Amino acid sequence: MTDFLNNNGISLMVFLPLVGVALMMAIPEKQEELHKLIALVTSLATAAVGAALLVKFNYDNSSALQFAIDKSWIDVVNARYSVALDGISLPLVALTLLITPLVIIYSWDHIPEPGNAKAFLILMLVLHTGMLGTFVAQDLVLFFVFFEVVLLPMYFMIGVWGGPDRLYAAIKFFLFTLFGSALMLVSFLALYWVTGSQTFDMQRLAELVANTEISSRTQWLIFGGMFMGFGIKVPMFPFHTWLPDAHTQAPTQGSVILAAVLLKLGTYGFVRIAIPILPEAAVDWAPIIGGLAVIGIIYGALGCLAQTDMKRLIAFSSVAHMGYVMLGIATLTTFGIQAAIFGMVAHGLITGMLFFVAGSVKERYHTLEIKRLGGMLTQAPKLGWILAFTSMASLGLPGLAGFWGEFPVILASYSPAPGLSDGLFRFYMVVAALGTVLAAAYLLWLLQRTAFGTPSEEFADDPNITDVNTFEWIAWAPILALILILGFLPGLLFDVMNDPVSAMADAVAALGK
Amino acid sequence: MPIFAAEVANTFEMNSWFFDNAWLIPALMAASFVVTLFFGKRLGAKAHVIGVGAVAASFVLALLTAYSWISQVEGYDGGAENAVVATELAAGDEFAAEDVTSHNVEGGGAATPAPVVTSVCWFDTGDAPNNNCDDRGAAKAVGIGTLIDGQSVMMLVVVTFISLLVHVFSTDYVSGDRRYTHYFAFLSLFTASMLFMVLASSTLQLIVGWELVGVCSFVLIGHWWEEKPNSDAAMKAFLTNRVGDIGLLIGVSILFVTAGNTFDIQTINNAALTGVISQNSLLVASLALMAAVMSKSGQFILHTWLPDAMAGPTPVSALIHAATMVVAGIYMIGRLYPVFWEGLSIAGSNLNAMALIGGITTVGGGLLAFVQRDIKKVLAYSTVSQLGYMVMALGVGAWTAAMFHLFTHAIFKACLFLGAGSVSHSVHSFDMKNDMGGLRKYMPKTFITFMIATGALIGLPPLAGFWSKDEILAGAGVWSGTGGNGTYYIPFIFGLITAGLTAAYMTRTIWLVFFGQYRGNGTPHESGPRITIPLSILAGLAVVVGFLNVPEELPLIGSRFGLKFQNWFEPGGGTVFPVIAHAKPSFSLAIVATGIGLISIFTVWTYYQRLYAKDSRATEVTGGIRDRSALARAGHTVLVEKYYLDHLYTGVIAGSTKGWLARSAYWVNQNIIDNVINYTGKGAAATGRFLYRYIDQGAIDGTVNGTGLTALSVGGILRRMQSGKVRQYATLMFGAATVLAAIFIIAV
Repeated sequence: MTDFLNNNGISLMVFLPLVGVALMMAIPEKQEELHKLIALVTSLATAAVGAALLVKFNYDNSSALQFAIDKSWIDVVNARYSVALDGISLPLVALTLLITPLVIIYSWDHIPEPGNAKAFLILMLVLHTGMLGTFVAQDLVLFFVFFEVVLLPMYFMIGVWGGPDRLYAAIKFFLFTLFGSALMLVSFLALYWVTGSQTFDMQRLAELVANTEISSRTQWLIFGGMFMGFGIKVPMFPFHTWLPDAHTQAPTQGSVILAAVLLKLGTYGFVRIAIPILPEAAVDWAPIIGGLAVIGIIYGALGCLAQTDMKRLIAFSSVAHMGYVMLGIATLTTFGIQAAIFGMVAHGLITGMLFFVAGSVKERYHTLEIKRLGGMLTQAPKLGWILAFTSMASLGLPGLAGFWGEFPVILASYSPAPGLSDGLFRFYMVVAALGTVLAAAYLLWLLQRTAFGTPSEEFADDPNITDVNTFEWIAWAPILALILILGFLPGLLFDVMNDPVSAMADAVAALGK
Repeated sequence: MPIFAAEVANTFEMNSWFFDNAWLIPALMAASFVVTLFFGKRLGAKAHVIGVGAVAASFVLALLTAYSWISQVEGYDGGAENAVVATELAAGDEFAAEDVTSHNVEGGGAATPAPVVTSVCWFDTGDAPNNNCDDRGAAKAVGIGTLIDGQSVMMLVVVTFISLLVHVFSTDYVSGDRRYTHYFAFLSLFTASMLFMVLASSTLQLIVGWELVGVCSFVLIGHWWEEKPNSDAAMKAFLTNRVGDIGLLIGVSILFVTAGNTFDIQTINNAALTGVISQNSLLVASLALMAAVMSKSGQFILHTWLPDAMAGPTPVSALIHAATMVVAGIYMIGRLYPVFWEGLSIAGSNLNAMALIGGITTVGGGLLAFVQRDIKKVLAYSTVSQLGYMVMALGVGAWTAAMFHLFTHAIFKACLFLGAGSVSHSVHSFDMKNDMGGLRKYMPKTFITFMIATGALIGLPPLAGFWSKDEILAGAGVWSGTGGNGTYYIPFIFGLITAGLTAAYMTRTIWLVFFGQYRGNGTPHESGPRITIPLSILAGLAVVVGFLNVPEELPLIGSRFGLKFQNWFEPGGGTVFPVIAHAKPSFSLAIVATGIGLISIFTVWTYYQRLYAKDSRATEVTGGIRDRSALARAGHTVLVEKYYLDHLYTGVIAGSTKGWLARSAYWVNQNIIDNVINYTGKGAAATGRFLYRYIDQGAIDGTVNGTGLTALSVGGILRRMQSGKVRQYATLMFGAATVLAAIFIIAV
């Protein structure tokens, strides 16, 4: 069993969803229930394999790459099929394994217009493979392929099952990301050539860059390409404009996955690839990244305050929240990057949950226009309380998960890694702290306008407005529980990533001294 | 006391059990929250039993913990046990011997026993090497634990005691409420969070507790959220506190880094005292933390949320917005006193930011209390004013006086708020002018308790407030013979003015509520026992608790009971607490301060007596000074408009942030940033069409290079995408990227 997991576990986990896809291909579209069942079972089986890996994972040695599989793949360019898990990828893999089955459960009675559960769920499973693959890939080409695999299903999900403006949003999402990917790929290839080693292996490349004379200008440019690729995916200001459109137009499930997992591909790229391979350039880029991050925090919050649509407001809040994540990364300190990774998971759970709520509100009220809603706590008290709870988590209330992605970032900005300007980052710290006030403002204002008060006449006697149903409970309960548990036991995540992040931060610190 | 000393040896084990397991106190209340939330509905009108039971148990535990601490102090002979404990620890491998808990033993040889820290590891981070938790081997983890010393045991008792009385009071006051279980659930959660904060052994825990009490306050202020003014008040409270929290987050960050990457309060205090942290950092950190104090403890200019918070149920105002949560700021200053002591150079000075903020608040709040017609608002501004007193006391170096005033104020102000609740329960209104008057005849018990508590607030001897207020005034070090830590003239004068103001506005309140003629429409009646018994207990205590810290010089009782509060609860100066000079009490100062109060009472009383003689229903003079003097009129308007601060905050700052600022940011987003993208996309598509039509099809006609170049243009990719040729897209993308990479390599 252990041997099997060691040698095949990750591959099994990554490609299991495709087995489900193959099965579903063979079954006619009409058998919707069967499709749902297969999709659910597949995602649960994937989660079970993942859970086995998480159990067998050696937490005392979390900076080592575990369950590594390394096989030859595209020999011409020395790209290898190399996958593994370590303390940095583990939290994100766990998040993905959790979210996908929950989204499928939610889909049970929420297949968006124009229907076709088969196609919808097949895309979901393909997406699942892509996301898991990205988080375990240890080879740049493999990473790139998985990174791009994610793109297509999401493109179709928005374009086919989305809202009225779905085509515009889908194309914008696709092209924007693709533009970034192209530059990222250029950087990957450049690394391949400049190190002269002809390898795409991430760890090897990190060692090679450290030991090869590469001008800092070249490193700076290579990092810049990655910055575009990852930064657009995050998204960082000013490359964020695809996000509100994509989120708003996407079906609920699409929004949840986008927020929960897809945005993290970008931030993960920084932590997994850009910083370890090019620590010197990371120090050069950090002030720029930090600056854009804090602009994003304030700008995203102001954008939220201007919204009249609940879903678009939640979408904009992602810009602000990812700003904290990026600021944490930009400090290049252990605590800062730990907080950033924590923030990725927390944002995934919290904003994912908020999109779930928005979807259910839309289904009941047939609108998300904030001024028409109101009094949700009277009409659907449990839904209202879930919204209140999640909003509190989103504004970074201590005791809930969001706090740990926010306060440590502010703290780390007070004294960033050696080589970075204390004064500049302290300025960022103050701006980021100001952002916490704005976050409270837009979330509480949303809460006041939608949940508090009395129901408007329009909906006062609407029989359609019911409280949370069973499928929603099953899909949401784990997320709500995790938001609370991680809030009180942050060690669950911090401990796993401490060693690998410390190693990374130490490497950066060694350069600055 | 020889008996005490003998007991110490026997009870040492038991004492340390209470210290090590103090976490049970908040845990009980947290459990009560969960149980009430999930099972309270089934109990219906009996939903309060869980909360009342839990808080009663917490109160008993808190009392026992405090008793253990006091017996420790009484039997303490200058470090003997400390030495024993220290040798025990040093003998074995300290941390291997005690796997999970570790006792922090510092301050040996001081006048009081060392604080007891019990902690476990919370989470790992390589950036925090020394945080009082070593059960993980490598010292890299942040701990979570309890810190037991005089300050925390005192506060444990205050919080659990007031909470217990408020729970009991509420069973009558909010009975039949639309959200009865919800109310009690959040009362429990609040108590749990407050206790968690009180016991915090690290600044990180302090933040967690600090914000959790804030959110409970938000929920309870907005308890009746159907009405917009209530949810507005709740939002205002939360957002104003968030503004102050910026300071808290920054202050804690500065202390974390400068004290050597630690959240541990003891280590930070020690670092502040021993010069590990530079004076400059301490100054910035203490000013940042002051911002947090200003919002949480209602100091000018961030106090504006507190009067609005009266929108919540009255028992909540008594518990949260008078006795406990609002003193969190004072508690925090007390906890990190060395930081402020060194940062603001409190010793030997004659003014600093803290004393000034407190001084301004105490007068500014007192003035506003004059123009209120809502009884709860009077009490709210009175709370603002008294909190200012405490901050001022800390600012002038009178730590014990501030804590003692916190202690006595919690009792008499809770009594006043609950009394106001009892009154409004009877007349169904808070409006003193329209619906009250002459109530002493209808509600004798409420009347008497309210009078006693008012006397305590005004500071009439020998009631509780007299002793604590007097210590603060003496602590300013201005009056001859008092000594103190500096000569704080301005705060001292502010303090005297407030003594007069307090007496005046409370006399006005008493007169409007209990004297004159009943002006309402209903038939007022005395409240039931679940309301009057808590009132009587609090009023009884308001008479006696002042004796806990009478001067030792006081004839008859001073030598036996003098300065108990100080001896029991003040940390010994040394490694984790500054060496503070204690001001000497002054008989003449006490007479002057009391005289000012009596003159104020007399003046206001005469004013209303004359008014009553003219018109038995009148509540203010017509044709008085306001009608004759433009200056008085303007002054009155400024007070009615609350110094226009609300206009500034709600209208100008909040209004423009969510108004034009947010709108223009969004306009930029939609019309500038997004249009750059849209036009780039359109331009690329056009270029693609052009390339395809004239170059690809015309000139090169399908050679690989040409397609690659075309694919570079976004429009081309899009076309291919739409025709579904995914594989081609992948090939092209790799091709194009290779070409670009090659160019890159050659170029750089």
